[in-house]
Amino acid sequence: MNTARHDYLLRFGDNALILSQRLAEWCGKGPALEEDMALTNTALDLLGQARLWLSLAAEQAGDGADEDTLAYLRDDRAFRNVLLVEQPNGSYASTLARQFLFDAWSSLALRRLLVSSDAAIAAIAEKAVKEVGYHLRRSSDLMVRLGDGTERSHALLQAALDQVWPYHHELFTGDAVDTEMTAAGIGFDPASLRDDWLAYVREVLAEATLSLPKDSGWRPKGGKQGLHSEHLSKLLAEMQVLPRSHPGARW
Amino acid sequence: MKNEWPLWEVFIRSQHGLAHRHVGSLHAPDAAMAINNARDVYTRRNEGTSIWVVKAVDITASDPDDKQALFDPAQSKVYRHPTFFPMPDEVKGL
Repeated sequence: MNTARHDYLLRFGDNALILSQRLAEWCGKGPALEEDMALTNTALDLLGQARLWLSLAAEQAGDGADEDTLAYLRDDRAFRNVLLVEQPNGSYASTLARQFLFDAWSSLALRRLLVSSDAAIAAIAEKAVKEVGYHLRRSSDLMVRLGDGTERSHALLQAALDQVWPYHHELFTGDAVDTEMTAAGIGFDPASLRDDWLAYVREVLAEATLSLPKDSGWRPKGGKQGLHSEHLSKLLAEMQVLPRSHPGARW
Repeated sequence: MKNEWPLWEVFIRSQHGLAHRHVGSLHAPDAAMAINNARDVYTRRNEGTSIWVVKAVDITASDPDDKQALFDPAQSKVYRHPTFFPMPDEVKGL
């Protein structure tokens, strides 16, 4: 089995799955009915994407695993999502800042995967890129409305952005898996997305009257290799409790 | 509440419909966000191909007290209905 491809699929699948779970935590608690619906719509889109990625990974593994065992029976060290998506929701501003940085990256990443030499990967990207295009439009619009909103919304969003900012570096940091996938024409070099990403983020932040956070030199990473913050364990405890305490439970 | 977002009325043109139909209302800070919110609240089940939003305050409505004056006179004018007149068989396309 090509373990690099398997890992690669898990990275995309786990990013979508964990962010979906985070957004689902807002269900019923959004600041307005409209925002509640929008966030849960996004969560469901991401869950759908996660199913496609994880099913493909399970198919490749061929060891009896399926999308559900991958989602519900893996421990935190086996997850390959970036640290950004497992960060707690915090305030609505923190959730939005995290979503905006991720959407901007995801939309670029999926566009690269459209031309992947791996037809199954390109097919998932083709479906997901439309959904993420809308997510990005929505999160960008909200960044502008709240950044350039009231004094209070501006201050909250700037603080949230500053806090989540260091986690974006991991999105653009490659490793051996990325190198192998890039060489095979399946994937892309993460660093090659950075300029386009930064240009877009700058543009939106300027319109939102927000400042680009300063680089503190702290660049947390390790999620892609399975080294997570403690936040992921708690998220998994909640997400996995049912299938773990009632194995094989069915509706 | 001072900080409440303004109310918008939402009109959706469905897959087969020619006209936009009123589907409900929502809150949003401005027109662009109102379109986004309408998409998320009212088109989740593939209902639409086009969205209009209008600020609720920009709609001028008829006064319920004028109901009699406005609508009652039409009740006695049955000849305004197309079915009132017998059509000759030679007329096609009706």
